[in-house]
Amino acid sequence: MFKKPAILAIALAFCASLFAVNPVSAETTLRVVMHSDLKIVDPIWTTAYMSRNYGYMVYDTLFALDSKLHIQPQMVGDYSVSDDKLTYTMTLREGLMFHDGAPVTAADAVASLKRWGKKDGMGQMLMEYTANLSAVNDKTMKLVLKKPFGLVLDALSKPSSNVPFIMPKRVADTPADEQIKDHTGSGPFIFKEDEWKPGDRTVFVKNPNYKARSEPSSWMAGSKAVNVDRVEWISIKDHQTAVSALLTGEIDYMEAVPHDLLPLLESDPNIQTAVLNPLGNQYMFRMNHLHPPFDDVRVRRAAMWAVNQKDFLQGVIGNPKYYKECAAMFFCDTPLATDKGAEIMMRSDYAKSKALLKEAGYDGTPIVLMHSTDLNVLANLAPVAKQNLERGGFKVDMQSMDWQTLVSRRSKKDAPGKVGWNIFMTSWQSLDILNPIMAAGYRANCNKAWFGWPCDIPNMEVLRKAFAEEPDPAQQKAIAEAIQVRAMEFGTHGHAGQWLGVAAWRKDLISNVPDAPLPVQWGISK
Amino acid sequence: MFGFLVRRLLATIPVLGMVALFVFFMLRLTPGDPAAILAGDNGEPYQIEAIRESLGLNEPIPTQLFIWLGNILQGDLGESFFFNKKVTELIAMRVEATLSLATVTLIFTLAVAIPLGVLAAYRQGSWVDRLVMGFSVLGFSVPIFVLGYFLIFVFSVNLKWFPVQGFKKIGDGFWPFLHHLILPSFSLGVIYIALIARMTRASVIEVLNEDYIRTAYAKGLSNMVVLMRHALRNAAVPIVTITGIGIALLIGGVVVTESVYNIPGLGRLTVDAVLGRDYPTIQALILVFSCVYVVINLLIDLSYTLLDPRIRY
Repeated sequence: MFKKPAILAIALAFCASLFAVNPVSAETTLRVVMHSDLKIVDPIWTTAYMSRNYGYMVYDTLFALDSKLHIQPQMVGDYSVSDDKLTYTMTLREGLMFHDGAPVTAADAVASLKRWGKKDGMGQMLMEYTANLSAVNDKTMKLVLKKPFGLVLDALSKPSSNVPFIMPKRVADTPADEQIKDHTGSGPFIFKEDEWKPGDRTVFVKNPNYKARSEPSSWMAGSKAVNVDRVEWISIKDHQTAVSALLTGEIDYMEAVPHDLLPLLESDPNIQTAVLNPLGNQYMFRMNHLHPPFDDVRVRRAAMWAVNQKDFLQGVIGNPKYYKECAAMFFCDTPLATDKGAEIMMRSDYAKSKALLKEAGYDGTPIVLMHSTDLNVLANLAPVAKQNLERGGFKVDMQSMDWQTLVSRRSKKDAPGKVGWNIFMTSWQSLDILNPIMAAGYRANCNKAWFGWPCDIPNMEVLRKAFAEEPDPAQQKAIAEAIQVRAMEFGTHGHAGQWLGVAAWRKDLISNVPDAPLPVQWGISK
Repeated sequence: MFGFLVRRLLATIPVLGMVALFVFFMLRLTPGDPAAILAGDNGEPYQIEAIRESLGLNEPIPTQLFIWLGNILQGDLGESFFFNKKVTELIAMRVEATLSLATVTLIFTLAVAIPLGVLAAYRQGSWVDRLVMGFSVLGFSVPIFVLGYFLIFVFSVNLKWFPVQGFKKIGDGFWPFLHHLILPSFSLGVIYIALIARMTRASVIEVLNEDYIRTAYAKGLSNMVVLMRHALRNAAVPIVTITGIGIALLIGGVVVTESVYNIPGLGRLTVDAVLGRDYPTIQALILVFSCVYVVINLLIDLSYTLLDPRIRY
């Protein structure tokens, strides 16, 4: 039926189609491996860091924190505070638009803040002090307080979960306990929901209508001008594979490189490694105040005398370049930094630990120490704690589990054993714990407190309230110092050392990677 | 034959029912609370409680079971706790990658393992036989992830012949598709090459001692014709059986391979769902995998009738 040349032509065409490659696009695509996969695309509904990072791509904030820890207006153009510090009037910048082309209005901002205020701890506190939050006109909103609250701008510029992102009113009207389904924002990138493949990749494209500020970019403040057409967050769970992909140039940027894999990258001349968050992170040693033996302050202090920051940091991070012993609970080199009362976490004193245990009548019942095995920045914490606690006279039952099991189990108030617990360790990003209001660990309101449920800490809640209401920074610092002393004296938790995360990127492919305490992708050129 | 098919398909219903119940109760007994995970690392107790309520996790377990079974009977496998998407949609997104990896691995495995097995049988006791059997022991012994990292280091990072990770759809071009699957398929296939080559060797050796083989040689047929037409065909039933089992075992292998090579398939979805305690996704995936096992076993049984005319159902 067919002649031979026709058959040959068809065969050739078929072969050509098999080996055809899609045409190369001229657009610039930044390929990024983040520390985890994006799962939830509602940064108000969850506190997950990936959802927060997603939020910074898609949304913008009224105020933002800069690299000097100063609060700067971001979506807000002008604002004023009344003399009695009770009325804040804020006007949005001209030209702000949502991704669908609608202008950003004060009504959108008000609805967004109200939804955020139902979920976030600091937002809830702000709303408790708020008499009225309303739009005056399309661009101006007014926040009227019942009584002075010293952290209004700190709350509105809260940099980490949950961040008060501004959404369209129709979206922000979604009940706070329900996830949003419309992902329209006004931020520098547009989320491509149609290209989102959970567990594989998340795609953003440049928002052509984004109106960047004229000030230079500084952390989450200033210009958020975008220099690439498209950003792809590629989910690579295996760190070794991600490092190999960076070495071969399959990806451009890796948010968090495990410290033990850094030598592989540092020896490659095309790769830049850097600490982008100079404040870093802080380990937390948390005891369960609900159950013996840590319902006794003497036993809590015994445990704190047994452990010390250096052992934790050496055991987990290893390289002194990437860790810092720091007595300040609110981080070294920050406005609230102080060393007062923190000696107990800086060196081990096993004699004191044993003496306190004897005084408290510790009966030798093993304490349940939860050990997270699957996150490399946490995995060695519990074994170090076990060794130090045993030297300090404790008997320790270290129970190993994956991090998600630990996260689930730490919420259980049952007695220690198979369900409950005595101690766990975790890590906080600096942005989450810069003051005693945003940091959950200081709360001492018993069953309403963060996991561990501190209760018998005299005046802690009074001090926290005083801090929140104090407008004078010098007075705030004095109160923060008192809170730190109280936290150490009564053992709300121990601060177990500061460590620095390291990012890496192909310097032959990308440039202008901004310094920021969280991974932002505006400003990067390719 | 038709009756056999109907009987076998009907028999799968109680099997899948048992699997569904087993998975449901195992997950509820496993430590971990999806609500705590969803709330995020800094989630507050009140936030966790609100999420638990919204997901229906505060309902009694029998109620949760009946809701889930009711939805399955209506063809609804549920919605992922994490992604706000239907589980069927998530599975549909991932199935191509896993199917591609499994298919390429299977083709590669059979293309290598059967000739090696036949060769080893034909040269029984020789250095060729010992080499093939030595390779087979090695194939069994090296974990997939070790082989994977080794291959990535040599062929991707140093020689830059193959990509480190990822997956390309066949629609993106055949070469990019194959290029991304060569190393993963090799890593995954080695153990099955070892398995199938050993079985092929044993089966062919047994057949080579039969009278009809001696007769074939006596007729003056060449070695190749005797091996392929008479020996291999008669040795096919156990080879097909072990191949079928191998395909079923591939499902386990793809979990590791997809993680090492970052292939967005069902294996990685399973791992993510287990780590996140995403109950609806885990339950649906186990049911899908169970169906695949059942179908493969059925196909193996049916293939016997083609390979051995004496077998009738």
